[in-house]
Parts: sequence; structure tokens; C-alpha cells
Amino acid sequence: MNKKEWPLWEVFIRSKQGLDHKHVGSIHAADAEMAILNARDVYTRRMEGVSIWVVESSHIHASNPEEAGSFFDPANDKVYRHPTFYVVPAEIKNM
Amino acid sequence: METIVEKSLEDIFEEKIASEIRIEPKDWMPEKYRKTLVRQISQHAHSEIVGMLPEGNWITRAPSLKRKAILLAKVQDEAGHGLYLYSAAETLGTSRDQMFEDLLSGKAKYSSIFNYPTLSWADVGAIGWLVDGAAIMNQVPLCRTSYGPYARAMVRVCKEESFHQRQGFEIMMTLCNGSEEQKEMAQEAFNRWWWPTLMMFGPKDEESPNTEQSMRWKIKRFTNDELRQRFVDMMVPQAEFLGLTVPDKDLKWNEAKGGYDFGAIDWNEFWNVVKGNGPCNKDRLKARNKAQEEGAWVREAAMAYAEKAATREKKSA
Repeated sequence: MNKKEWPLWEVFIRSKQGLDHKHVGSIHAADAEMAILNARDVYTRRMEGVSIWVVESSHIHASNPEEAGSFFDPANDKVYRHPTFYVVPAEIKNM
Repeated sequence: METIVEKSLEDIFEEKIASEIRIEPKDWMPEKYRKTLVRQISQHAHSEIVGMLPEGNWITRAPSLKRKAILLAKVQDEAGHGLYLYSAAETLGTSRDQMFEDLLSGKAKYSSIFNYPTLSWADVGAIGWLVDGAAIMNQVPLCRTSYGPYARAMVRVCKEESFHQRQGFEIMMTLCNGSEEQKEMAQEAFNRWWWPTLMMFGPKDEESPNTEQSMRWKIKRFTNDELRQRFVDMMVPQAEFLGLTVPDKDLKWNEAKGGYDFGAIDWNEFWNVVKGNGPCNKDRLKARNKAQEEGAWVREAAMAYAEKAATREKKSA
């Protein structure tokens, strides 16, 4: 058994030029270069990507799911932020 | 006071399960749900990793360059599947090292199907067609399992699995359309793999202690017997197409249930293999332990190199 486990990295892949990188999973690797190589072998064996980002999992900060209700609450009652809130007469075109 | 808080968290969890909302790593979950998942996902991962061994046995002896390239790609996929699953299990708070340790010490289980030997090239066909066919039957419902990271890993696995089954079927078809000897080889492999494959779905429902709770938590969507029945119904016509005889004298179409009745499974054999006494249990663990030990210096060297490079970078900054 190795004394020290290789750190965990989160893997993000751009599937096609022009699209965002999207989280696909994670991988263990000793350093960033190896993480990219391992991510290529594990997550793009069938041409699933044209670009890979990796970031050490310990560097990711996340919102707390238990507070999701109150945390996202401010957006909950602001329907006027959506275009469908406004009435536009039928004869108005191109709006 | 504490029990009130606990209850409400459990209520939230149960509500999510009831309304098909996936549970994510940081969400509160009952300890037993977490434990069940760690056990199931890590066993699943170990099966993918150990599953490379019986097929790997034939990489150097594949009958053509094409078959060799295909088999290599398939075995590499199995490694990938193992890695998707290990990282899904890690989101539940276990570590990769802990899971490896449990596998290597024999504490953790893996699918008992991989404790059978691959005696001829036809076995590679039989594994792809039957074993991966059974795996797909098990895994497709797991794409909707209640734990998010497991479900996402399974979507990825299932996408790749159908190539595995098709390549196996193609090997069987080629043999069945070949010489008498080749057809016999296919039938012989089929005879050996059929029953162990049926055992892959696990013990009978009434003897599967975890099924009920797992169904309630929507980790499992169908019982072992339901999936086994579906598998038999799917495979019998495929065997007929190949001109192979299912090695079960009790196999009979049952019009009333719209499925096949099949013979009794030898559960003594199943439990014996689970307990470590199958034909290859010792070999499999030995091979994994050897790989782990002989790779140790590489893992340590890579880590030392990364640490040194990081210190150097810090100094020069």
C-alpha cells in the first residue's frame, strides 16, 4: 500500500469548440500534468472532448445544500426578471 | 431537541427519494444509505477491475490483430469503468486506498463471475455476450438510481457497455458459422458460462436481505429475480439464432407468464464462490496484490517528483 494517496482532481471537458467546459468526474494523479493525461485516458476514449481542465478537488468551494432554500430565496419572488411577466399587445411585432 | 432536528433531515431525505430528486454528496443521508452505497459502488468498481483479468488472459493470444485491438479497447474500458465508480464511491467519504485495501485483503467482494477461468478464445465471446449482457441488464436501471454520482457514472458505463456485448456476440457468431470444431468451442464456452451468468443477478429475492431496503431507497429499481427473468427471456432467442443449445433441460416457454421457465440454480456453487472457493478466487487476488506491490515504487516516485517540483516552483516564485 502506498504511503500517500495521489490527490483527487476534478475534470472538466469541452466537448466541442464553442461550448463550455463541463464537469465530468474526477481522477487521482500526482500532479496537474498527469491529471490531464489520466483524464484523457479515462474520460475521452471516444472523442468526447477537445479540451480538458483539471483542478485539485481541495480547491473547490461549494455552497451549502442545506441552506439552498434561503440562499437562493432572493431570486424566488422576482418574476418581473422574466420577459413573460410583461404584457405585449398582439399587434406589436419583433419584441 | 437533537432528535427533532434529526427527524426533519430524514424527512427531507425521504421526500427527495419519493419525488425522484437525486441525493448529492453533501446532502444529509441516513448512515445506512451511505454504507449500502459505499458497499455496492465499491463492489461494482472492484468487479470492473478484477473483470479485466479473465479477458486480459487472451490479449496476447487473440486470433487476429483486429480482435486483439478490440479486446485491448474493451479491457481498457473496464479499467475506466472501475475508475468512474471508485470516484463515485469516494464522494461518500471513503478513500481510494481504503477501497483497494479492502479488495486486496479479501474483505470486499466483487462479482463472483470473474472467479471462473477463460479456457478458450470462445470464452472471450461468451463473456462479452453473456456476462456483459447481464451487466447491462443490471446497470441500465442503475442509471436512475437515487444517488447522483452513481447514476452519472452508470450513464457513462452503459454508453460504453453495448460495444462490449456486441463484440462478444460477433465472436460467438463467427465461431458458430465456422468449422464444426469452432461451433463446438462456442457451445462448450456457452455451457460453462450460462449458469454462472444467471448467478450474477444475486441470490433469490427471498434470500437477498438488502433488496427490500435498497428498493425503498430507490438504489435498486428491480429485484434480482425480476432482472434474471428478463435476462433469460432476452438471451434464449439470441442463443437460438446462433444455433446454440441452452444447457438447461428444464427451460420451457411459459405462455401464461409470457416468459421462460428455467431450471434450478445451484446456489451451493454460488455461495461457495462468494466465500472464496471458486476456481480462480486465489489467482485473482494474487494478481491484484502483485500489481499493487510492483507498482508501489512508481506511485511513490510520481508523488515525490510532484512534491519536489512544487517546492522548486515555490522557491523560484
